Parts: sequence; C-alpha cells; structure tokens
Amino acid sequence: MSCWQTVQDYGLRAIGLGERLLPTADITLCHQFTLIGSGLIWNVYFGAMALALGFSMSLALALGKASQNPFLRVPADWFIFVFRGSPLFIQFFLAYEAFVLLPRNGIEINLIFVEITAETRWLTRAWAGALVVLFLNTSAYAGEIFYGALRSVPKGDLEAADAYGMTGWIKFRRVTLPCTLRLAWPSYTNEAIFLFHATTLVYFSGFPAWRQQGDALYYAKYFADKTFNPFVPYPIVAAYFICLTLLLIWLFGTLHKRLNRHVAPEARSRLRLRMQLVR
Amino acid sequence: MKTVLIASAALALTAAAALAQDVVRMGTEGAYPPFNFIDDATGEVAGFDIDVGNEACSRAELNCEWVKNDWDSIIPNLVSGNFDTIMAGMSITPERDAVIDFTQNYLPPEPSAYAALSDDVEIGDAVIAAQTGTIQAGYVVESGATIVEFPTPDDTIAAVKNGEADAVLADKAFLEPFVNEDPDLFFVADDVLLGGGLGVGLRESDTELKIKLDAAIQSMKDDGSLNELIAKWFDERPGF
Amino acid sequence: MFQFCTDPSLLSDTRWMLCYLTSPKHIAFYYSFGTVLGLLAITAPCALMLGFGGAVAMRSKIAPVRWFGRGYTSMVRGIPDIVFFLFMPIAVDQALEWLRHKVICPDWPDPVRRGSDFVVCAEAKLPLSTSAAWVHDAYSIFLAVLAFSIVFGAFAANVLSGAMTAVPRAQMETAEAYGMSRRQSFWRILVPQMWVYALPGLSNLWQILVKATPLLFLLGITDIVYWARELGGAKTSTFSYPHPDWRLYYFLFLLVFYLALTSVSERLFRRAMVRLSHGQATMAGEAQRKADTNEVTA
Repeated sequence: MSCWQTVQDYGLRAIGLGERLLPTADITLCHQFTLIGSGLIWNVYFGAMALALGFSMSLALALGKASQNPFLRVPADWFIFVFRGSPLFIQFFLAYEAFVLLPRNGIEINLIFVEITAETRWLTRAWAGALVVLFLNTSAYAGEIFYGALRSVPKGDLEAADAYGMTGWIKFRRVTLPCTLRLAWPSYTNEAIFLFHATTLVYFSGFPAWRQQGDALYYAKYFADKTFNPFVPYPIVAAYFICLTLLLIWLFGTLHKRLNRHVAPEARSRLRLRMQLVR
Repeated sequence: MKTVLIASAALALTAAAALAQDVVRMGTEGAYPPFNFIDDATGEVAGFDIDVGNEACSRAELNCEWVKNDWDSIIPNLVSGNFDTIMAGMSITPERDAVIDFTQNYLPPEPSAYAALSDDVEIGDAVIAAQTGTIQAGYVVESGATIVEFPTPDDTIAAVKNGEADAVLADKAFLEPFVNEDPDLFFVADDVLLGGGLGVGLRESDTELKIKLDAAIQSMKDDGSLNELIAKWFDERPGF
Repeated sequence: MFQFCTDPSLLSDTRWMLCYLTSPKHIAFYYSFGTVLGLLAITAPCALMLGFGGAVAMRSKIAPVRWFGRGYTSMVRGIPDIVFFLFMPIAVDQALEWLRHKVICPDWPDPVRRGSDFVVCAEAKLPLSTSAAWVHDAYSIFLAVLAFSIVFGAFAANVLSGAMTAVPRAQMETAEAYGMSRRQSFWRILVPQMWVYALPGLSNLWQILVKATPLLFLLGITDIVYWARELGGAKTSTFSYPHPDWRLYYFLFLLVFYLALTSVSERLFRRAMVRLSHGQATMAGEAQRKADTNEVTA
C-alpha cells in the first residue's frame, strides 16, 4: 500500500472520515505520520477554540479582580484561584464525572413563557466537555496575566485620556485595553503555547475517545503500545508540536507588532522569546 | 555430626537459591471482578484468576507473585519480560496465540453478554461500549456496530449507566452482579460465545513454565478442585 | 481496623462509613498521598540540580556544550511535557536494557527488536525478574522521578539562566576589579545573588511541578489518581463495601488537596521572598531597608 493511499485512508481519521479500523499489524512510518498528524486536528481545534472563547472571559475576570466591588472581585478571585491552583488533569476528571451526572434527558428550564429542554448529553463528549474545561482554565490563567498588566498601565496614559475628556467605555476601549494588551502580550503568547500543549491531556483524562478518534498524543500512545517502540511515535508528536509552537510564535509576533505599531521604534518592546513560567 | 550440619546448610542454601530463582511474576489487571479485583479486606488482588493461579503455583511448586498491570499494555509487558504470565480473565484467541502462548484453558468459554438500560436496544445500530483490546471489542468492530472503547471495565459500565453508550459487551460473569443489583440494567439480545476459554498467557519461549502450569491445571481439573473454584466464584457455570 | 468491621453488610450507616474509610484499600489510598509528597521532595532538588547544570552549560565558552544547554532548555518550550512523561520512562528503560544486553550477552543470536517486541536476554532485564517486588516498584518510581527531573530541570534551567543574567552587571565588574577569577566570581558573587531573582520563577515552577504530579498515574504509579479511580468506581456485592459510582467525590477530594497544597506553598514562597530580599539591590530589598531605618529612627 502506497503512502498516498495511507494518507487518503487515515488523513482525516481523527474526525471520523476514512478507514474505520486503525492499523494493527505492519505499522509503517507513513501510518504513524499520517495518523498522528490527523490527531493534531483536535489539538488545534481545542487550543484555538479555547483561546478564542477564553479571551473575553479572561478580560472580564481581570476587570472583576481589579474591581472595587466585592461582588465582582471575590468571585473572580476564587475562580482564578481554583483553576490556577489545581491540576488541569484533575479538572478534566472532575468535569467528566460531573457532566455524566447531569440528567440523561436534559434539563428542563422553565422560562416564564416557554419551557425548554437543555440537552446535556454532548457535554460528556470530549469535543464539548474538554473544551469547556480548557476554556475555563485558560480564562483563569489569562485573567491573571491581564490583571497584572491592567495594574501596570502607566498612570500617564490614563491621565492623558482624562485630559482628552474620555470617560468610561471610550477610555477603556481606546486607552486602557490596548495598553493592557500590549503589556500582557508576551505572557499571553506564553500562555497560548502552554494551552496548546495542555490539549494533549484531553484523551488521557476521563474523556473517552469515540470510535478511536483522538488527538495526536492519543495516536502516538496507540502506536507506542502496539509496536512497543517509543522512539518513533513520540518524536513524531514532538516534531509536530515544535512546528505548531513556531507557528504560534509567528502569529502572536505579528499581532504583537500590530499592537506596538504606534509606539516609537526605539521604545518598542520585542516579543521576548524567552520562556516565562505562567502555568 | 558436623558433616550432617554442613550438608543441611548446603541444602538450605540451594533451596533458598531455587526459591529465589523460581519467582514467577504473574501479571493481572486487578479491575475485572470476579476474575481479578482488589479486595477491600486486604488491599491485595483477589478473585477467580488469583485463586486458580495460586493453587496451580503451589501444585507446580513455584513461588508466585502478583503484579498489577493495565490491560492495554499487558501483552507487550509480558513479551518484554516484565512479568512471566498473564492471568487476567484473558480468553484464548488465535490472534493472541500468534503473539504469546497459552496453557490449556482453566475456564470453559464464558458467554459474552450485552447489558443496556432498556431492553429494546437494537444491537445492530447501537453504540456499544467495550474495553480496549478485548475479544468483545474486536467482535463489536467486526459486527459493524459503533464502538466506544474504554481503558477499564469500570468505565464501560459507567458509560452505559450515563447514557454515553447504548449497551456494553463484556463477559457475562462480570456483568451479572451489575445487572442483578442495579434495577436499571438489563441483559439484552442473545449472548455470544467468543474465544476458547480463559488460559494462562505465557511467552512463547517459556516452554518449561508452560509444561509445569499445564500439568498443574490438568491435575486441578482431574481432582475436581478447579470445578470447586468455578462454583465458588461463578453462579451456575458448567465447569469441566 | 475496627473490631465491628468484620461483616460490613450488617452495619449501620455511620459505622459502615467508618469501616469503609479505614479499609486496607483506603489506607493504601492515604499512603499514596505520601508517595506523591515524597516524589515531590525527591524530584524538586534533582530538577534544580539539572537546571543549574543546564543554566551553566548555556553560559559555557565551549560551543557544543552551549548548544546542548540551549537545546535542553528550549525543548520544553516546543514540546508538551506529557510527551516526555510518556516517552522518557519507557525509552530510558529500553536504552538501559539494550546497553546491558550488549555488554552481558554479546552472543545472543536473535535481534532485540523483533516486530513489535523488545526482548533482551534474561540477565540483562532491569530489574532482574528474580528480584523482589519492591525492587520492581522502586525501579518504576526511579524512572518516573527521572522523567520528571529531566523535564523540570529544563524549566529550572530557563529560570536560573534568566536569574544569572539578571544579576546586575556592576556586581560582576566589581568582582573582576577585586581580581577574582571567572570561577571565583561565578561562585562567590553570581550564584549567591541570583537566588532572589530566581525565586519568583522557581516558586512558579514548584507550583507547576505540584500540578504535574497527577500525571504519575499515566506512568503506571499507583498514586492518588489511581486510587481515586479504583475506589470511586461502582462496586457490586463481589466487594465487601458495595456502592454506586462515587468517583466525583474522590476527585473533589483530590481537587481540595491540590488547592491546599498550592496555596500553602504559595504562602511559604512569599515568606521566603521577604527573607531573601533582605539587603538585596532590588526594589523589595530597598523597601525593606527603608522600613527598617524608619523603625530605627522612630
């Protein structure tokens, strides 16, 4: 069987297209590259979706934590504490166990005029349930990052905004927010990288792989167990993830430039490629 | 007197050496009652596999020691020598026989059964839960039904209970207590007979150990002690 | 544990619960918390040493050593740590066995890797199949510690090399002015001073390490996650203490345990930071100095 044939059979296996049965005997290098690559679809899906959804949530959390109002501050504080203080692995397990306890037939929600049934079944599936956990988790981490940046917005910038007569939403949107983002961006890049790495945990926690549709590491472990040779599948995952990380750094670097374009060239901070430990 | 003492000391030494050498590490899963599970009372593995294994070991005069290993990597670990036998409710199948060796069976083929929350499940187009790498999982894949695989037997039951899967396919002896004690669970469809009964899995090169264990199991079959153990752990099974 | 526990099926609810929570299985569960803490206690210094080595390698004048240091420290940046955790124990195990095999049984006719099997001669097995059970356990824990130390060593190398560059250049220049050699100024000036710059990073790293411990479960260690799953799963009357699926409660308990662990260590690190800042040329150190002088004058 040619490698092209293998790619056709297994290239989209992770989302359920192509050959139904995974290769069990005569596993070639091509099989491993193709299947692990197809599993990467899920890593990108989880990472990108959680980041996209978590962005506004984390800003809200940062504002909540910085707020004077205890009704906003205390919940935001606790949310960040719980999700940053406990292992993601345990959060996955716990979320799965909690989601399966939801009533099988959905929850009856009684709105004043109509009664609707909220479907809850899909939450036990990895694509939704794990995404919810990752979304909450990254919101907490990014929330802490944005909170730190929010507190370091230069006083001068805010005073300048006041001087222009900006208040409330306008001041926030035009001055505070861009400045916060600019300050937080290097740490946020780091968080994004870690988040993509964290997506490999999904199929090792409570969430089952339906019809053996899993992520890159799921297939790598499958091959390592089948061939009892760790020296091929794991380096393949590693290579895929290095590419993914480089792509992320490039993407966030581009955005970083955009956020900094108004700053005088010599004062512009370069996106530091040095590692920071935020997780 | 002196010579006798020396002789007995030498004997003791060789006996100790023989004992140390004959440690047979027995791999089991420890999560598949009543075949093998962790006993509340001792915190150690117990069950049908363990009873049969211990009895066979004492008859073959082997010093046996139980090792817990996850089901999905139990065969590779046997082959690479991390333990010497598998007794984990493992059925004898041609595919496994190609990789490892089996003794004669110590339990006749155990029917596999479907358990579900309602008795009108159409097995043909249902979602069936099974443990990864079991004969049941292989059977579901071939039957064309949708399979969801779980690493442990516990998870397969949980999946049916919470509605993730429509039914679970597993050994009937494993499912029976769940179905009997849980008013929500029913057996559905017909049982299927898979595999050639439970055997002790061994490396293909371990012919000596295979002969010893085979003989021990045969003697247990002959004097009826194996049937006693079957009657102890299972309800109304024919035995040998 | 208690005398009345002999037949749990006859007990009242509270007594049943009491017996249940003190069954030997639960005792093993409680012990596994010790396993996790012990592992943390071994891994943290090992990782710190490896990290120190990595950071020093990065500053080396010899190019290959420097490249090695850079490669080591940047590997954790691109590759998820869990890949290492899955890869390292089995890879190290096979590598050691292969080496021993080459040395001990050079005449072995068959290849080591046959199809999907990895088979070395019996004398090269690690640990030997004749060794006692605890040797096998210790070996698998050793592999887990090694995997954790290597990964977290790479993280620590990042932190420490950052801290080394953060020590003010003037300090090193002063050392040179005093005629100290490169080695002397490194050990006497740089290393003692870098800790205060490293501490925030190290405290963060410790938190990450704590939060990575549940992954031990994936390495086949019977840790708290293993027991939580095992104990929490639905139990039929085959067991002495039948109960429905209680995994949610067990995992909630683990969550609380980890929250407590991380928040306690955060507090301890904050205290250490205060102490280390004393007399340092940092903002915190300066603030302390001012506070102290104020106290004296007042």
